[in-house]
Amino acid sequence: VRGRYPSDEVAFRATPRWASGVDAEWLGSLLEGDEDAFVMLVARYNQPMLRFAQSMISNRAVAEEVVQDTWIGVVRGIDRFEGRSSFQTWLFSILANRARSTRWREHTEIPIDTLDAVDPLRFDPDGRWADPLDAWTEETNDRVDAASLLPALRSALEDLPPRQRQVVLLRDVEGLSHDEACGVLGIGVGNQRVLLHRGRTRLREILEQHIERG
Amino acid sequence: MLSLRRKDLVCQQAVELVTDYLEGALSRRDRLRFETHLRNCPNCTTYLEQIRMTIQLAGMIEPDQLSPQARAELTDLYRRWRSE
Repeated sequence: VRGRYPSDEVAFRATPRWASGVDAEWLGSLLEGDEDAFVMLVARYNQPMLRFAQSMISNRAVAEEVVQDTWIGVVRGIDRFEGRSSFQTWLFSILANRARSTRWREHTEIPIDTLDAVDPLRFDPDGRWADPLDAWTEETNDRVDAASLLPALRSALEDLPPRQRQVVLLRDVEGLSHDEACGVLGIGVGNQRVLLHRGRTRLREILEQHIERG
Repeated sequence: MLSLRRKDLVCQQAVELVTDYLEGALSRRDRLRFETHLRNCPNCTTYLEQIRMTIQLAGMIEPDQLSPQARAELTDLYRRWRSE
């Protein structure tokens, strides 16, 4: 599917600002047993991992244990990391596996419904927008204004159903590709797309409400 | 997702195709119908733009700060794992 379109629309994704590529250097040091390298990796990835673990396991203490357990796995298994995937994807795969196999795992596979994601009341009986949409350009072009939207976006993300939250976290917050996210979550591309669609639709809706309220 | 039997897309159908469009998952035929709809519909064009902004904003969410205590705890654990 990838690359079928000549346009730059393909798999549009944001690159997280904080994820600059210095992993390789740290990984080399970690392999040599450098404690500072470990501390750097922890400082960078521990909280994103915890946030992701909590989307799979609602009990915070259990989620923290799973994250800690993942770090043990990383330290012990670093010599087996072959660099075929990015370190970030490898890390989240270990984490997802451990979260899945924890016996406290609470959520079961729920079939994905294919109802429309956008509220049907937004449309007239002919399926056209009932009210015109306002462009957001002013709000989001300004860096300061964009930053003021982040708390609302963040809490909307927390409120998404777990599986939507997992996909949005990996794709849009962590910046993984669709193949990487499917691998981490062990789901198919189709399901991933439906979950991503519902999640993004909901986040847009929350931002819209926030912007309209001013 | 929606089955597209009608010739022209209406807005309610178009918005449900946005993610498939951005993911490059539409068939050539559906993509052309989607793009044709967008050319004639300022509201759906705005909608697509808002979804793009939503994705960009999500990419700006930074991780929480790791507390010094949590960092110290993990560093201690690391020393223990190393010495095992």
